[in-house]
Amino acid sequence: MADIELLPHQVPANAELPELVEELTTLNLGPTHPATHGIFQNILKMDGEKIVSGEQTIGYIHRAFEKIAERRPYYQITTLTDRMNYCSSPINNLGWHMTMEKFLQVEVPKRAQYIRVIMMELARISDHIICNSILGVDTGAFTGFLYVMQKREEIYEIYEEVCGARLTTNMGRLGGMERDLSSTAVRKIKEFIKSFPPVLRELEKLLNRNRIFMDRTIDVGGISLERALSYGFTGPNLRAAGLDYDVRAMNPYSSYEDFEFDIPVGQNGDTYDRYMVRNEEMWQSLKIVEQAINNLPEGPYYADAPEYYLPPKDEVYNNMEALIYHFKIVMGEIDAPAGEIYHAVEGGNGELGFYMISDGGRAPYRLHFRRPSFIYYQAYPEMCKGSTLSDAILTMSSLNVIAGELDA
Amino acid sequence: MLTNQEVAEELLGKYGDQVFDFEEPYGLLTLSTTREEIVSILDFLKEHPTYKINFLTDLTGVQYPDRIGKEYVVVYHLHSFIHNFRIRIKVAIPETDIHIPTATGLFACANWMERETYDFYGIIFDGHPNLKRILNIDEMDYFPMRKEYPLEDATRDDKIDALFGR
Repeated sequence: MADIELLPHQVPANAELPELVEELTTLNLGPTHPATHGIFQNILKMDGEKIVSGEQTIGYIHRAFEKIAERRPYYQITTLTDRMNYCSSPINNLGWHMTMEKFLQVEVPKRAQYIRVIMMELARISDHIICNSILGVDTGAFTGFLYVMQKREEIYEIYEEVCGARLTTNMGRLGGMERDLSSTAVRKIKEFIKSFPPVLRELEKLLNRNRIFMDRTIDVGGISLERALSYGFTGPNLRAAGLDYDVRAMNPYSSYEDFEFDIPVGQNGDTYDRYMVRNEEMWQSLKIVEQAINNLPEGPYYADAPEYYLPPKDEVYNNMEALIYHFKIVMGEIDAPAGEIYHAVEGGNGELGFYMISDGGRAPYRLHFRRPSFIYYQAYPEMCKGSTLSDAILTMSSLNVIAGELDA
Repeated sequence: MLTNQEVAEELLGKYGDQVFDFEEPYGLLTLSTTREEIVSILDFLKEHPTYKINFLTDLTGVQYPDRIGKEYVVVYHLHSFIHNFRIRIKVAIPETDIHIPTATGLFACANWMERETYDFYGIIFDGHPNLKRILNIDEMDYFPMRKEYPLEDATRDDKIDALFGR
């Protein structure tokens, strides 16, 4: 046999090669990274561009709400709740009021319930606007984000008209709302119903069938339904994985049973499905707002529960009884009966639960918030395992983890 | 439609006197059990062919310093989506032996909820894969949600409770 010269790639399998050393890089993503929208730290083990494993460190904005709540009268706890999910604070505020109303068996008039539904659905829209448009930003589409921010501003103006605040709303009172819907508020809500659909349609046009957006999000950060349930997913993230669990439909509160709306469901539980579910939920929320504002019942906007509902100011000045109750409520002299309750509402990110134990005093004996973000964020390393870093950013963005809710 | 009565009877039939203190505050079936049986009960409800109470909604701790021998209570909230049925299970544990088996083998979400409970109350979940503090700093040497750590400065004498209606 003639000698054949081997080309470099034809080196036989048994030839001695220099030993390859596998090395993983540790990457510290966060705590303050512009792409994580909040204070999240992830210590990632990277093999080149791929994530091998990750560990989250949370608690950077832990403010001990559960401890503080044990010293506060019931009506002062509302201000703690709106600092949890600050993208949709009215849901948190009203969820807490509804927990206490259920606990004290206060019957809230229909009008107040409808106003609450309007505010909660607007809050859901503002929550989902942020999540979806930021997801666009993370894939490189900045335009849509700035465009829909105008609409969020309009929602915040409605909040301002209803409760006087924009971000930390402290909306509603135990037993109803603090004031009736003003004519300006009604006008602004109606204007919003008219002006929002074209904007949302343009955001859809920009992203839904956008090739780049689809390539970046489809089959990225997916989770199976079984794992999602085991990880305690609720809300849009669970629905994207394929289960139609929605507290509004399953355990209706605040007259949700009066409204007609669909529950959008995804299939693969990936980033694209989460985006699409949130997108459709905005349409459904808009539908609910429209139904509620058109069928707004007449009547009082607060319950006939003088010992719990902070009386209107003019009554405090002119009515002895109202003055007494005002004083008692503000000084925290109203005791709740002993007992325990769990009440859940559909928050922006899922089932927002309040577990409250009272020993008969002015403040809860124990108050625990079931924060959806806290519970499902633990699935994050599993969801981004094997994906690239840039995809992991999208996964986190589409989960809509809110730092305030995560850390409470 | 699953009723509280039905589930309570099923549990009583299977666990006898290991399940007790049945209540229905605001319609939610509440019962107590022991730490020896808790994982078994959670598994039983999860794998039950018809109930399928397979969603751990919430897990948290409560402290009752005056109940000697039962100072700490771990509370589980479970949910069955098929029947829209909720159940609350409580397990009381003594301060001298503050241990309870972990539920992480059944529910992945129990991981952080148990870490949070440990962080707040110092309840040790035996078998937990990574039981360390989660919201507070690692160097903290006390458990802040315990009642012996009052929120306000105990050394201040200008704030008399009676003046503030408490």
